[in-house]
Amino acid sequence: MKVALTAAGNSLESPFDSRFGRAQTFIIYDTDTETTTVLDNAQNLNSAQGAGIQAAQHVLDSGATALITGHLGPKAAKVIFAAGIDVYQTDAETVAQALAMFTSKALKPMKGADVDGHWV
Amino acid sequence: MRIAIASGKGGTGKTFVTVNLARSLGISVTVLDCDVEEPNSNLFLHGDLVSQSRVSVCVPHVLEDACTGCRVCADACQFNAIAVIGRKPLVFEDMCHSCGVCTTLCPHDALIEVPHEIGTVTVRQSQHVSLVEGLLDVGKALAVPVIRQVKGQVGADTDHPVLIDAPPGTSCPMVWAVDGCDAVVLVAEPTAFSLHDLTLAVDTVQEVGVSFGVVINKDGLGDDRVARYCESEGIPILGRIPFDLDIARRYATGALIVDKEPRYRDLFLQMWQSITHLAQIGGNRDESLA
Repeated sequence: MKVALTAAGNSLESPFDSRFGRAQTFIIYDTDTETTTVLDNAQNLNSAQGAGIQAAQHVLDSGATALITGHLGPKAAKVIFAAGIDVYQTDAETVAQALAMFTSKALKPMKGADVDGHWV
Repeated sequence: MRIAIASGKGGTGKTFVTVNLARSLGISVTVLDCDVEEPNSNLFLHGDLVSQSRVSVCVPHVLEDACTGCRVCADACQFNAIAVIGRKPLVFEDMCHSCGVCTTLCPHDALIEVPHEIGTVTVRQSQHVSLVEGLLDVGKALAVPVIRQVKGQVGADTDHPVLIDAPPGTSCPMVWAVDGCDAVVLVAEPTAFSLHDLTLAVDTVQEVGVSFGVVINKDGLGDDRVARYCESEGIPILGRIPFDLDIARRYATGALIVDKEPRYRDLFLQMWQSITHLAQIGGNRDESLA
């Protein structure tokens, strides 16, 4: 399965980014092949509005079936949950730490958005 | 004559100036409350309800039988308002700016435009003051269509003064509120914060191409930096309202100072003379930018 993690860099050693829509990158980790690919999120990072919606679109287009992030707003949550992606919340410091917690089943699934919508 | 009362910084006294001017004039006047995220002129004018109407914008609606999930609409949307899950578009109405690009480009005629309500326009009458108030629904983001509908309530040929209470800031809602006016009154406090935002408002109003002047509110508070700025930039000062605790006391109860204190009525009438003069001479409008 593929797991998407919000990151501020290009590798598993990069800092974990608690923001979803305006995360710098998404690290897509394939648990079967143990390989990573990087999705650049710069366009959404700088968009005037709708960053969460398009970030969610990127994640679901990547084929990820799980998402690990810090916070999720209502619009992003609508897309992510409609696509049937499981979401896990953490305040890990690095992507590798977040992934380790996920694989050891230490992360609890989120049931919905945990923050209000924000326009900027 | 259409006069907008604006500012950069919030809380400098736009509504205070608007409602006291309107009451002072003593003739038929229309107030357009374009601060649609928090309109409050009605708190001071206490008008009787005349009419009320809802404001709608057009948003796309997906005809699922016709849609193939081709994503042309989502890719074309400049406002990130459409996501496609599997082969099903998901429309976020609140993000939509009603540009119509999705419905125009859809190769399968699977998108139609439907109305989406975002606010209310209310007309009230209080003595000689007619008040048109726009109110954006809670949770909606697009103030401009509501402002446009408020401004549309007054015909271009109206022969009595129209005072527009503009929203704070210098973004689209403020630009739409001041656009097409004969003059803009920028209300400022003699403080560093207010001066900073005043300079932004001056830049914006110059770009829009409307004559403008400054009213210094709470004069006596702070220092003379706003007056010095106006002098160095050649911006007319249309009036000064003293920093007076009595004004604040009355305002806090929803009363108008001009109803109680003749000297303030005179102050606002003098201000009105300066404003109408500015509007008539075309003032400092920069034609090269207009």
